Amino acid sequence: MFSWDLLIGALVFGLLLGCFYAAVSIGLSLSFGLLDVPHIAHPSFLVAGAYATWWLAGFGWDPILAGLFLAPVFFVLGVVMYRLYYAMFEKHGSDAGLRGLAFFFGVAFIIEVCLILVFGVDQRLVEAVYIGKSIDFTDDLRIPMRLLVAFAAALLLTIGLTLYLGKTYMGRAIKAVAQDQIALSLMGADPVKVKQWAFGIATAVTAIAGALLIIIGPVDPQLGRIYIGRTFCVVVLAGLGSMSGTLVAGLILGVAETIVLTFFGASWAPAVAFGLLLVMLGVRPQGLFGR
Amino acid sequence: MSGKMSSMGGNNRIFVGGCIAVVLAAIALMTGVRTDYVFNASYVVLQFIVLASAWNILGGYAGYVNFGTSAFFAMGGYTALFMIKMFNAPLLVQIIAAACCTGVLGLGIGLISLRLRGIFFSIATVAVAIVLETVILNTDYFGGAKGLQMMRPEPIAPFTSYDTMLFFVMVLMAISAVAISRYIEQSWIGRGLRAIKDNEEAAECVGVPTLKLKLIATVVSGALMGAAGAPLVMYMRFIEPVSAFSLNYSVSALAMPIIGGTSSWIGPVIGALLLGSVQQIVTVTISSELNVLIVGVLLVFFVVVAPDGILGLVRKLRTKNSAKGDAKGGAQ
Repeated sequence: MFSWDLLIGALVFGLLLGCFYAAVSIGLSLSFGLLDVPHIAHPSFLVAGAYATWWLAGFGWDPILAGLFLAPVFFVLGVVMYRLYYAMFEKHGSDAGLRGLAFFFGVAFIIEVCLILVFGVDQRLVEAVYIGKSIDFTDDLRIPMRLLVAFAAALLLTIGLTLYLGKTYMGRAIKAVAQDQIALSLMGADPVKVKQWAFGIATAVTAIAGALLIIIGPVDPQLGRIYIGRTFCVVVLAGLGSMSGTLVAGLILGVAETIVLTFFGASWAPAVAFGLLLVMLGVRPQGLFGR
Repeated sequence: MSGKMSSMGGNNRIFVGGCIAVVLAAIALMTGVRTDYVFNASYVVLQFIVLASAWNILGGYAGYVNFGTSAFFAMGGYTALFMIKMFNAPLLVQIIAAACCTGVLGLGIGLISLRLRGIFFSIATVAVAIVLETVILNTDYFGGAKGLQMMRPEPIAPFTSYDTMLFFVMVLMAISAVAISRYIEQSWIGRGLRAIKDNEEAAECVGVPTLKLKLIATVVSGALMGAAGAPLVMYMRFIEPVSAFSLNYSVSALAMPIIGGTSSWIGPVIGALLLGSVQQIVTVTISSELNVLIVGVLLVFFVVVAPDGILGLVRKLRTKNSAKGDAKGGAQ
């Protein structure tokens, strides 16, 4: 059963997939990790982004181009979402916990059902020049082009966002609001404006990640549920709000998943992310790179 | 507050009277009504009363949101299946075993995640649901993805059919769940849980044993959900992971208390009766997708517009009316 070729194949696939997992989680790392918004609906936005990409691809658009085009649209959506969340819950403080969670859970559920009602339960996929081809290294190791494209785009996205948060003025403001909101407002900046901008960025990034999601493989409306596990696993594993940690955590999850997939079978794969998440919560809830 | 305390004896008498009335109504329904539809619909609504009341013990009183009701429910069902296959156990034993197993499951999740902030507990419950579903899908003993068909045994003496027996069991279970949730609300446990919901740090500082209380609530809540799931195998004569772990249970068990009002035991009952009935009607007359959508929209609507649920709305209306009355009285 065990062979070195299989293991090496699994490792290579895992690293490529892991980078993609980092890209789908980085929006959550920003909205939940840094801004402390209980954004359970994040994976549903991801799937919604994938469906919007599919819809644009129907007009002959390249999926990545479609993702980039969708990013500003999702940015506005994110700003509106945060304004709503702020006006309804965050402003009043205390009970935001239960109500905020229930709110985002309801939103996630509504998005899923609306996708089912509009597009049906069938799987959707897109076509592009790089989908369906593969690069053959050996007979056992064939890497599909779609995975490589998604890997490259995911890496750019993750590194880009990390640099944005570390190097630019607005990015540092976002980190500052996560550290000490009151101090920021004493410096004369409006924390709500910074947070709404940050939530917009997080949602815009999710749109691009959604485009990658449908490049990687077919998408159905219920995919969001599995991605609750994957995205939260990556964010918790990384340590809340750690951007560089997100990349490492994504790689760990990717490798863990492909190894289980290769040696135990595909039917066990959904449990990997959730299992890892439970172990992390029990053993080291502050994550690998946590504050 | 003192007035409320002194009237508690009377309240208890009213509550017990109400329970007896429900049992009598159920017996009347069993002997009088012969349409399967009404029977099935009432069974499902009763099941949701148990789930919603159980959810509210932790979610409503303490403010820890359980997204994984389906995990407890399905685990109850599969425990019953195990008891049937292994020991050919009677229904009562199945229910007790299911409640024990899911109580332990609740304890486990609680120990892992209740020390952390609320959202981590919520995510842990989602995680447990998916992990358990994957395990069941991969276990041939439980029928895997295809599921298992089970034969029903003969019903026990006073009942003429197994359906009526299950229905009666569910009536008793709903009454017990409501009674337990009512007892917890009015006891020291409920007071402690409310303190946790208001401000956990402050509660901890004044000596409320927060972790212990949260664990008690999780175990009781989980055990009740599991008990509700135990009769599933015999009721459907079939069990299969995708429908047993259906997200619908999780969302409904959360939406019903929030719609009814989370602060009191009667809230989940109101929510389950209303939403459960609407669901039954919409699923049959329009479509099951729309039914699910209605649950989601109502949930968001109530969370945003009326966070205290129908109970809160009624209370507001009452204080408004009494204020009006006072104003009139003062003018005269």
